[in-house]
Amino acid sequence: MATPVIVTRKRRESEVELNRFPFTEKDLPGFEQADEVPAFLREYRFKGWNLFQTIPMPTTNDEAWRRTDLRGLRASELTLRAELPKRQVKPPRNLLKPLVGKKHGGQIILVPTYQTIHQVSDEWQKQGMIFTDFRTAQKEHAEWLSNTMGQIVRPEEGKFAALATAFAEDGVLVYIPRGVRLKEPLHSVIWSPGTRLARFTRLLIWVDDDAELTFVHEVASPDQQDGQSFHAGIVEIHVGKGSHLTFVEMQSWGRDVWNFTHERARVDRDGTLDWIFGSVGSQLTKTFMEIDLVGEGATGKMSGFYFTNGNQHLDHDTQQNHFAPHTTSDLLFKGALQDRSRSVWQGMIYVAPGAQKTDGYQANRNLTLSPHARADSIPGLEIMADDVRCTHGATVGKVDEEQLFYLLSRGISRKEAIRLIVEGFFEPIMERVPYGGVRQRFRTAIKQKIG
Amino acid sequence: MSELQIVDLHVNVNGKEILKGVNLTVRQGEVHALMGPNGTGKSTLAYTLMGHPNYEVTQGEVWFKGQNILELEADQRAHLGLFLAFQYPVAIPGVSVANFLRAAINARRKAENPEDKGIPIPEFRKQLKKVMDTLRMDHSFAGRYLNDGFSGGEKKRAEVLQMAMLKPEIAIMDETDSGLDIDALRIVAEGVNTLRGPDLGVLVITHYQRILNYIKPDIVHIMLDGRIVESGGPDLALHLEEHGYDWLKNKVEVIA
Repeated sequence: MATPVIVTRKRRESEVELNRFPFTEKDLPGFEQADEVPAFLREYRFKGWNLFQTIPMPTTNDEAWRRTDLRGLRASELTLRAELPKRQVKPPRNLLKPLVGKKHGGQIILVPTYQTIHQVSDEWQKQGMIFTDFRTAQKEHAEWLSNTMGQIVRPEEGKFAALATAFAEDGVLVYIPRGVRLKEPLHSVIWSPGTRLARFTRLLIWVDDDAELTFVHEVASPDQQDGQSFHAGIVEIHVGKGSHLTFVEMQSWGRDVWNFTHERARVDRDGTLDWIFGSVGSQLTKTFMEIDLVGEGATGKMSGFYFTNGNQHLDHDTQQNHFAPHTTSDLLFKGALQDRSRSVWQGMIYVAPGAQKTDGYQANRNLTLSPHARADSIPGLEIMADDVRCTHGATVGKVDEEQLFYLLSRGISRKEAIRLIVEGFFEPIMERVPYGGVRQRFRTAIKQKIG
Repeated sequence: MSELQIVDLHVNVNGKEILKGVNLTVRQGEVHALMGPNGTGKSTLAYTLMGHPNYEVTQGEVWFKGQNILELEADQRAHLGLFLAFQYPVAIPGVSVANFLRAAINARRKAENPEDKGIPIPEFRKQLKKVMDTLRMDHSFAGRYLNDGFSGGEKKRAEVLQMAMLKPEIAIMDETDSGLDIDALRIVAEGVNTLRGPDLGVLVITHYQRILNYIKPDIVHIMLDGRIVESGGPDLALHLEEHGYDWLKNKVEVIA
């Protein structure tokens, strides 16, 4: 009889070393020129830094990280400043295209070397609106920033939230004052090339009461051949009483990027949030996306698509929190997977005690285009009230052979047929996307992915 | 003048022989009806001709434009000018009729000329509207998702619409009449009749004589147990209507 072999999963010392970020306190923005950073922000960065040091690196023993393994992250090789080939400094032209006809409500492009391109109409600034980048906001809107930033996503929430708190200097801030209803969308792009670069971003969208905004935010970088790079980001959203926000997000990081974000939207009484996102980039992504419905009658809708290929690994962790009665949430995530790629969707509807008459829905649909691709779909309900309606559905399927044959019989090639089927599969998400320009962006991303 | 020539075709489905030696030639300009009771292999023939992967050809050849098309993929057969109107058209959610048709037309154009840039959109729209008018279809039909939530009649009309737009040389219509009420049947048949002409050969597969009142065949074939056991003029269909298939049973036994 063979002797049983005991296998222990112990992390090798070399892995731990490789996994260790090389940054020190001295690297914190404003550490040396303290006067350039408002005191509250300096303090806040230190708080993030200290938390980052105490919070251990997530492992697959942590429930939220069970399916996303970080042992391959070569954090020790990362740098905060990267040399850039000139041709990469400028973002590709298609990222800069207007989203609605020829006109923007306003556009901010963040590119390396800290140039920022602003195009914001004076008219709106007169109304008290803020639409600016994070560096400018530190100087010009410090007080406002100190009152809003960090309320919705706290640095305590995780290692990467803490790290982004400490280091994020790039970012976009939007404030829509009470009663202001913007008809044209605002658009921001963060273009961040760089080999082995660690990048950190922060997005803060604050829509005050009885206001309205459509905001499109894109993050992108070119694929780098050498090494890994990194992004940690924080997205905070407040939707005030009776307000409406449509928030569209497009993630197109290069294939070298390990991407970690904490994103949360808080929706107050009778506010509505329409959150749409597309995720096609990065080597590995772990994104926490949450909607907190904190006021009676609040509605949160979340629609997303992800499309993976190669050996990408995208993990979206969603939470629909019903903290108040008569709140509605509706989530639809659709994913298609090629090659050996992998996706994880883990979704939870939480209904707090007393949040009666809640209506919560979540659905995740996956289409695997290769026998080697894998989609994990894990819906969840946690309901602490008794008069609610919560439903969910999760599916993983392959391309239907009969659909394929039908298209082939019309002369359409296999590749083109799969493209049509995938586009059709994503169409319910596209239908939720406002503005043709944005839809076009999403469709182009899908087309490029199929190749 | 192209012709589709089926020679001694034997086909297995899940290891069981369904077609046991079919011989049939359909020329451009002719309308053939293939009749027979359920389960005799009519639809197997249709799917096999179009190249469905579940149908395993064990013997025989199918010649079209100088090629044994059994060696070709379904899309290549379509490029040659072969078309199958499905008995059960498949829904493609999220893909509009118009987008799908344009993709199909462009695929065929590209097959003929790799340099082709695709049909110009205005030209495509004009064509599509014209055909929809002939088939008495509302123009909004073009924006609907292909076969998704279509009624039985709409599905069959959509098949004829595709046929009209793709202009095949040989079309196989697999039980296009099934599930249609008499009005829908008439519209579909009229559609097919408008496409009739010297450039189109049609093989109408059915087990009812009914559709043949509207689409008049030149030649009628009867299939039993995986073989064509009788061929004749239009009268053969009427004879079947009156006498059923029983009188042909001994023919099967003789052959078997």
